[in-house]
Amino acid sequence: MSSELQAFLSGRKLLESEIPSNLLDATSQHITYQDGITKENNLWKCSRCGNTNQNLFATLPCTRCKQNCTYCRNCIMMGRVSTCTPLLGWNGPDPEVPPTEHPLQWEGRLSDGQQHASAAVVKAIQTKSDILVWAVCGAGKTEVLFAGINEALQTGQRVCIATPRTDVVLELAPRFRKVFPHTTISAIYGGSQDRHQYAQLVISTTHQLFRFENAFDVVIVDEVDAFPYTFDKTLQWAVEKAARQISAKIHLTATPNSKWQNECMIGKRNYVTIPARFHRHPLPVPEFNWCGNWRKHIEKDKLPRVIENWVSVRLKAEKQTLVFLPNIKLMEKAAPLFQKLHPKIESVHAEDPKRKEKVERMRAKETPILLTTTILERGVTFPNIDVAVVGAEDRIFTEAALVQISGRVGRSAEYPTGIIAFFHFGHSKEMIKAQNHIIHMNREAKKRGLIDG
Amino acid sequence: MVEYCLLCNIYIVPRISWSFFFFQHEEELLCDDCRKKLTKISGKTCEKCGRPLVKLATEYIQNNICLDCIRWEQDEQWSGILEKNISIYEYNDFFKDVLSQFKFRGDYILAEIFAQEIRKTTKLIKYDLIVPIPLSQERLLERGFNQAEALILAAGSQPYHALTRVHSEKQSKKSRKERIHIENVFQVAEPVHGKAILLIDDIYTTGSTIRHAAKTLKMAGAKSVVSFTVARG
Repeated sequence: MSSELQAFLSGRKLLESEIPSNLLDATSQHITYQDGITKENNLWKCSRCGNTNQNLFATLPCTRCKQNCTYCRNCIMMGRVSTCTPLLGWNGPDPEVPPTEHPLQWEGRLSDGQQHASAAVVKAIQTKSDILVWAVCGAGKTEVLFAGINEALQTGQRVCIATPRTDVVLELAPRFRKVFPHTTISAIYGGSQDRHQYAQLVISTTHQLFRFENAFDVVIVDEVDAFPYTFDKTLQWAVEKAARQISAKIHLTATPNSKWQNECMIGKRNYVTIPARFHRHPLPVPEFNWCGNWRKHIEKDKLPRVIENWVSVRLKAEKQTLVFLPNIKLMEKAAPLFQKLHPKIESVHAEDPKRKEKVERMRAKETPILLTTTILERGVTFPNIDVAVVGAEDRIFTEAALVQISGRVGRSAEYPTGIIAFFHFGHSKEMIKAQNHIIHMNREAKKRGLIDG
Repeated sequence: MVEYCLLCNIYIVPRISWSFFFFQHEEELLCDDCRKKLTKISGKTCEKCGRPLVKLATEYIQNNICLDCIRWEQDEQWSGILEKNISIYEYNDFFKDVLSQFKFRGDYILAEIFAQEIRKTTKLIKYDLIVPIPLSQERLLERGFNQAEALILAAGSQPYHALTRVHSEKQSKKSRKERIHIENVFQVAEPVHGKAILLIDDIYTTGSTIRHAAKTLKMAGAKSVVSFTVARG
């Protein structure tokens, strides 16, 4: 048995073309072959990504098998899976990893709220059960995972952290390498170099889990409520496929969807909350400001007076501010109106080629006010800012989006407070839900003694 | 009937008008947003290679022909080998992505996106045989299909396999000089004597592939060679 092949293929599901030809030993009895595309009840199904959406299958006259081959278009970016390309797996033993005595080398301390959640995560890993960690924005979710991962690594288990975005993988990997210095850690995303090694701790984009099967004893899914995970059934399938049959699943989010919230309330879902931030200050509660018909105003090249005044106060006080708008079109219409108040005001959206530079300028405090669509609703931290949502009742601003946006304020211990203002032309249910969500978290934090004052 | 955009998979809202009921209509394969991102070549083009001249500095243009083509035509080895090249789309970033998904990822069905335009354009050209630029045997097995042949089939024509190709390095990894001075990789496999040929490829970049293929066909007695590519790089 080739140990190199074992290290490469164990826990994976790959196309033949993804395996280096010098490793591929056709006589190996441990290689399994599975049809790449199958047909169940006259419906095509992809064995790699689980896609059953018939719109996302197509046929080609294949020069390899000389037949009409059906292939999956859902995961074609990872190499074409078709009826004539089998997926290769491994049914031999896993590579042996000598257990490490003290994998975790970390001196930091957890807040009381983190400590409570951390213990619950350890227990879920010990009992191979599922848990939802419902932690407010800025609670310090990453540190909550340390003890549980330590526990798993000590007992020779394999752990995966899956997150929707590549930048988060790139940010997490060095943090984990620092606190688990003796553990082999892979960072996996489209185009990464770590694909060839067998790692005990894998930090991966959710998409890359398509290439794993029956691999992990612990799967941690970050930002479960974020796009595309909630909308793309194949990604949820990928998580199930990558986990071993008996495994622990840890879900992390600040904003579970209402179905999950309900399941928590009626006791159908095991969960733990961290209702307070690590710096022990309450979450800023959004204030509602009626601003008239903002859409009509902006279309007539005018800013609603209330908004103009609010922004002017920030400019005068030199307080950096993020202003969220419902869509790109409206933002581009509104940008010149804001720029009349200050020439250095900028706007940014998902397809903006200068997105990175603009966020950098905001970070460097060169930009007094940054207008943005919902792309900056999560993941970014500017230390001392106020935040406004213009048109908070628009459909795009769901409860989760509004809670995340509110979570941009007061994140750092040095500047733990700030203003979050929703400018609206009539309340929406989502606005009220978001406000209640935050008030409820603060109340719980107070009850549990997790905030001061 | 396809109801979802082949590129972004968004639901396509059918445009219903009276003509929708009374006349035959082409299937919509792309949503409006994706269709708009494919930029058709318009305005003045080089009379030889079909490259848009608007974006070219005037010192690179003589009598509506670009300097590249003049250089080819001045070389007696290459003079008159290619009658002309016609292309439909500009090779912008979006096209690059689409082409990469079609050709390198192997998303065969994307050939359909171009079918209608290929049919329209090739109708205006007089030819006897429509010939795809071939792939080497190795590359053909690796991809599972030849993209030029896929384009011809999608447009409803029958490809005539006049050429074969000897295996070599990928073109896209080479410089212009290397491409032009490369030995000919094509061989004639079927008779072409006295025929007017329409050569098909996905993209015209330096024109070296097309011209080498054209030369091989002319040496074998082809009467004329016109080429058609989906994009002009």
